[in-house]
Amino acid sequence: MSSATLEPRTDARVNYLNADYGWKSWLFTIDHKRIALLYLASITFYFFIGGAFAVLMRIHLIDPQGALVQPETYNKLFTMHGIIMIFFFLIPSIPAVLGNFLVPMMIGARDLAFPRLNLLSWYIYMIGGAFTLYSLIHGGVDTGWTFYAPYSDTYSNTNVVPVALGVFITGFSSILTGLNFIVTIHKMRAPGMTWFRMPLFLWSLYATSVIMVLGTPVLAITIFLLGLERIFHVGIFSPALGGDPLLFQHLFWFYSHPAVYIMILPAMGVISEVIACFSRKRIFGYKIVGFSSVAIAVLSFLVWGHHMFVTGQSVYAGLIFSVLSFLVAIPSAIKVFNWTATLYKGSISYDAPMLYALGFIGLFTMGGLTGLFLASLATDVHLNGTYFIVAHFHYIMVGGAVMGYLGGIHFWWPKITGRMYPDGWARLAAAIIFIGFNLTFFPQFMLGYLGMPRRYAFYPAEFQVLNVMSSAGASILGIGYLIPLIYLIWSMRYGPVAGPNPWGAKGLEWQTPSPPPTENFDEIPIVTEEAYAYAKEEPSGV
Amino acid sequence: MSDVHAGPAGLAHQFEDLEQQHETDTLGIWVFLVTEIMFFGGLFTAYAIYRWFYLPSFEAGSRILNITLGATNTAVLIGSSLTMALSVRSAQLGKRKALIVFLILTMILGGVFLGIKGVEYHDKFVEHIVPGIDFAPQGEVLQHLAPGGLNHAQMYFFFYFAMTGLHALHMIVGMGLLLVLVLRARRGDFSPHYFAPVEVTGLYWHFVDIVWIFLFPLLYLIGGRY
Repeated sequence: MSSATLEPRTDARVNYLNADYGWKSWLFTIDHKRIALLYLASITFYFFIGGAFAVLMRIHLIDPQGALVQPETYNKLFTMHGIIMIFFFLIPSIPAVLGNFLVPMMIGARDLAFPRLNLLSWYIYMIGGAFTLYSLIHGGVDTGWTFYAPYSDTYSNTNVVPVALGVFITGFSSILTGLNFIVTIHKMRAPGMTWFRMPLFLWSLYATSVIMVLGTPVLAITIFLLGLERIFHVGIFSPALGGDPLLFQHLFWFYSHPAVYIMILPAMGVISEVIACFSRKRIFGYKIVGFSSVAIAVLSFLVWGHHMFVTGQSVYAGLIFSVLSFLVAIPSAIKVFNWTATLYKGSISYDAPMLYALGFIGLFTMGGLTGLFLASLATDVHLNGTYFIVAHFHYIMVGGAVMGYLGGIHFWWPKITGRMYPDGWARLAAAIIFIGFNLTFFPQFMLGYLGMPRRYAFYPAEFQVLNVMSSAGASILGIGYLIPLIYLIWSMRYGPVAGPNPWGAKGLEWQTPSPPPTENFDEIPIVTEEAYAYAKEEPSGV
Repeated sequence: MSDVHAGPAGLAHQFEDLEQQHETDTLGIWVFLVTEIMFFGGLFTAYAIYRWFYLPSFEAGSRILNITLGATNTAVLIGSSLTMALSVRSAQLGKRKALIVFLILTMILGGVFLGIKGVEYHDKFVEHIVPGIDFAPQGEVLQHLAPGGLNHAQMYFFFYFAMTGLHALHMIVGMGLLLVLVLRARRGDFSPHYFAPVEVTGLYWHFVDIVWIFLFPLLYLIGGRY
């Protein structure tokens, strides 16, 4: 894609990892690639904390009477699982790790537009995380990750304020990352890198950033008001003092529904890259896939009311929100069909990233279609508040976003570290995760349809078989997540050297050495081709 | 790390030239201001809804505010926007002395605003109408607020403090930024080719002023007083 010809690189070359050593060179770095690694370490830490809570919940639910903890503790487990996984893992996952690493490289820039702001984002994230950990150590929170008033602002006796503060602070990290990406993509593209030559990963990150920038401030002010109300006992959301709890839900979901797309859109971008690379084809319908990301971002702000069908929102509002929610299915389906069409007659190879991508397509489709049940007013009355909801959003967030994240990590790992991971283990882990995931969450669709409510520490004995299946699946899933942790760390030291472009992939990031030099490119490249010019490549060139 | 590429003064390493850097900085602040609009927007929405729910209480609360001080502050703030605009103009023309004078004038006007705001807050403490901390109005104020229900009157004053408080916090941040600009201007950092920090801070300052332009009528004027 660039005009510069590549000469073979030796491993001894100075790159961003060995340019400087010592903790200061990491904690005060303004290199987007190093900041990406800081995020990688931090979110992995939170992922396994959040995962541990999930494990405890699934062990508890093996027995209808509850096998492990008191009901109060169970409430804290699902709350902390949700808060940590959503705010401290899923939302920063792909944008802050892969996005940070790749946005400047994919557009041919030396860094993001605001490198210091980027480092500040990470510090803000860590401070927010510290408040959350503090509250965790002091006994946790039991409000559910949704912080619904008036329970959260008046009645809960747990550490609502520190956690709310943690979420509030972390929100600004997300806002600043989104701002950085938007400005970078507008102003830092290399010569010849037009909008329609950008990889689709960047389109999806751009759409994600728009949601972060527009949505997160609303969550911030909502949490701010909630905290003030809890501290000063003035009526904002608490009906006892004249407040309106529905207003809290409106404001909360105005951010938190779009937040679902903050989690899934970047994963969709990863899938576009991986599918194109491992089918050796340009993506089918490039422009429509790009615009569908933007369409999802726009629609995401118009559907929040579908979380409130049964809460006393007017029926007419419910009708409109239902119709608008159905509309989201259109751009989502466009993506799924276009990925499938890309596979058609492609030269497909089943490397680990591709296994995650294929898994993503299947699981996301399941999650998306079950979303339609919940967008219909009548079926939602039956399914709302049951395990059907839990299964639905885990198919999107774990089956979708986490699969996309892991696929992306495996795809760009050789670029990030310069090393390959053991291929056999990677494929095995992908298969284990896929099987464990389905065994965990498919029974939950059935449980929910049969009427088992979510967020209860006990359940009737007739639901035990399905619950035990789900718990068994969770243990398989847990092992599936531990395997990559081990071999990826192992590969950083012992993995075979990967070379600049082990997959034969297109894109500017593959045209610099692995790991890249601090300034990414020796010379700013000049782009003369579209993003996925696989068709023009002779097979021997790979 | 920023001196890998030797370039003109003020050029950061990730940019090709000052023009790209300037465009990037300005786009950055505009996007940031959009996030600020959404941040204040949530608060304005909540205010609008409760005003509609509890109109009599909100009107009664509004009539207690000191409209003279509010109007004076509006004038002071608009004046500070003028001096801010003149600082940007001076920076563009490379007039260092004028730049420093106008920046300091802007800071002084900002300080006057905060001082007057402080007096208003103090009055609320004296009248015992600080929500959550000391909300026990007496005498005339009580008679005035009681008909709509004290809880709802307290909500009005909660919004008054939350909205003007957040606004004042933004003013304080803005004055900190202005101070940095003054120090940098004294050091001779700015030139007609490089003045993005002044322009960016100016945009932020104008935004904070505009928030007040909305707060003043919402809190002081539309209370059924006229």
